[in-house]
Amino acid sequence: MSNFSYTVLIPLIPVFVFLFIGLLGHKMKPIVSGIIGTVGLGISAVLSYITAYSYFFNTEKIDGAFQKILAFNTVWLQFTDKLHVDMGVLLDPISVMMLIVVTTVSFMVHIYSLGYMKGEKGFARFYAFLSLFSFSMLGLVLATNIFQMYIFWELVGVSSFLLIGFYYEKPSAVSASKKAFIVTRFADLGFLIGILILSFNTGTFDFISLTTVNGAAMATGGGIAFLGLSTMTWSLIFVFMGGAGKSAMFPLHIWLPDAMEGPTPVSALIHAATMVVAGVYLVARLFPVYALSAPDGLTVVAYVGSFSSLFAAVIACTQMDIKRVLAYSTMSQIGYMMVGLGVSGYGGHDGLGFMASMFHLFTHAMFKALLFLGAGAIIHAVHSNVMNEMGGLRKYLPITHITFLIACLTIAGIPFLSAFFSKDEILSAAFHHNKLIFFVQLFVAGLTAFYMFRLYFRVFWNKEPHYHHTPHEAPLTMTIPLIFLAIASIFTGYIPFSQLVTSDGMAFEAHIEWMNVAIPSIVVGLIGIGVAFVMYKKESELPDRMASGLKLIYVGAFNKFYFDEIYLFVTKKIIFNYISRPVAWFDRHIVDGFMNSIAWITNYVSFKIRGFQSGQVQQYAFVFVSGAILLGVIFIYLFSN
Amino acid sequence: MNAGIPLVYFLVTATLMFFVGVYGFMTRKNMITILMSVELMLNAVNINFLAFNRFLFPGQLEGHFFALFIIAVAAAEAAVAIAIIINIYRHFHNIDVEQADEMKY
Repeated sequence: MSNFSYTVLIPLIPVFVFLFIGLLGHKMKPIVSGIIGTVGLGISAVLSYITAYSYFFNTEKIDGAFQKILAFNTVWLQFTDKLHVDMGVLLDPISVMMLIVVTTVSFMVHIYSLGYMKGEKGFARFYAFLSLFSFSMLGLVLATNIFQMYIFWELVGVSSFLLIGFYYEKPSAVSASKKAFIVTRFADLGFLIGILILSFNTGTFDFISLTTVNGAAMATGGGIAFLGLSTMTWSLIFVFMGGAGKSAMFPLHIWLPDAMEGPTPVSALIHAATMVVAGVYLVARLFPVYALSAPDGLTVVAYVGSFSSLFAAVIACTQMDIKRVLAYSTMSQIGYMMVGLGVSGYGGHDGLGFMASMFHLFTHAMFKALLFLGAGAIIHAVHSNVMNEMGGLRKYLPITHITFLIACLTIAGIPFLSAFFSKDEILSAAFHHNKLIFFVQLFVAGLTAFYMFRLYFRVFWNKEPHYHHTPHEAPLTMTIPLIFLAIASIFTGYIPFSQLVTSDGMAFEAHIEWMNVAIPSIVVGLIGIGVAFVMYKKESELPDRMASGLKLIYVGAFNKFYFDEIYLFVTKKIIFNYISRPVAWFDRHIVDGFMNSIAWITNYVSFKIRGFQSGQVQQYAFVFVSGAILLGVIFIYLFSN
Repeated sequence: MNAGIPLVYFLVTATLMFFVGVYGFMTRKNMITILMSVELMLNAVNINFLAFNRFLFPGQLEGHFFALFIIAVAAAEAAVAIAIIINIYRHFHNIDVEQADEMKY
């Protein structure tokens, strides 16, 4: 077995880079801090590749299964013998796979930002935050125990907050960052409650002992039932609430579209490829517990994922801001991954959904990062986010055009591109598990193809608006990541995931089910593309006529089904008025009032009695003599008999 | 020993003197007069000392010595008090005790 202790460097390098750039960034030229950040992450990426290679190919399997390796572990906070929080590095197939995803996308984004963020105010700050984010995400991925995961979970939340609010002079960016932070914090409350219930029941934070099949932790799964579900199920549903918040699942999705206020590379890294899949990763991390002792929890995961993916796909069809389309598309694809986990069983071929979900996570990270970076290149060229101000860009941005097209074809599920394989595995897992979810996901696949090609045709074909200056292709630092990710989007589908990343670590054979799943999904995808082609290839009346034909749905979806308004209504009108105001009144009048009245009484009494201190010596003498006489009388009375 | 003025005469005289002093101390406004009242009280005490010494311990001298001490201390105290009064006069341009009330709230 090879020695993996060097893996601890993978998260540590970015945190040192963060400290270095953060403390000294203002003293160096901006480009220097950018290069330091990029090189640091490059080293982390190389280490991750080495780790992945030696983990998957040079490490002995026991009984044909990949082992969980505790590469590094240290007690960080010792409360009692039993209650302690550790920090460490846990290597298993999914964490190693996530290492690849995080470092690859992060490295690409670092390179891309050298061009995209050039000349921006706060260039060094941007790189410092990117490094902080990379550190937090890697720490999350490598967490050995659920508490370490929670700590890094909050850290990615903070870095996301900092990066969304990067343009802090813009009020919309500020409110978006606050919204993202508060919504995910609210979800994390559920996560924390879930952790507490879970570890109270099982007596451990540690992932390895939590997920040992038939281990002590799982045996305690039963316990008191509430609303027909066991304690374990409830705790896992709470944990999933945290995951749903981070992964923008319905109904905690409202922060993700607004998060697009951040710089585009940030959207690519955090809000498409890595942080938002943390929820999926969390469920996958605890998957044996879900599958074996709380299958009802998995059902919740499946339905939430399925509904979110449908909901987001419908909204994505109507949005005009290209980044928002991509944001909803991300939400929809994460819904797919959740569905994959939700319909999966544990072990062997039953774990197809798990494998497919991880596979889709991997391919999605590549093509969605590509889409965002492509969108960044478009925005860079036309200085706008809105589709109406774009069109006919294929002539001006040839590289962006080709790579964007590849990404669109990938997400649409065109055969032999990566997402075709991963999405079809999810669909076939759903097909064997739950037909309703299968048909929903099939429909969503069509919608996905439609809205992506709507975006594609609107931006690259259609009518050319009047540009203030001719759009020009992005610089090399931006196009190289695009090309790299495009290649990744094409070929990552050929990675034999069923041999590497499975629910129980054992390899199994996965087949494409052509008749039941693959052909319907290809057909649906092609229909979606075809409709988009007809409607948006040239400028036409068709979209408007469609919109007025489906007025109710269109208006609803265009306004995101009024979810922001509902939340505002609940918080501002109900919670603020009926809870916060009475509580504030109580605080101001009862609590503060009590304290104030004590102070007032003291003040009043002392004002009244200060006349005793008159400054008249003779008055003092009179009081003194009276007192002496009084004492004399008392003593005579007491001792005379 | 049995001839002469009885003890109670001395005590009545001393008590009267003492309360005259107390009354003067509390009612007079002039500081010099107040000082004089204090002297009256001290002298009342002196009479008491001497009378008790004479009637209770005729062979001893402690009472006499106390009286002498008090006279000496009273002289010193008068000097200090008059110095203070002069300073007050310089400050307020009179020696009315009611005017010197700056040490109030």
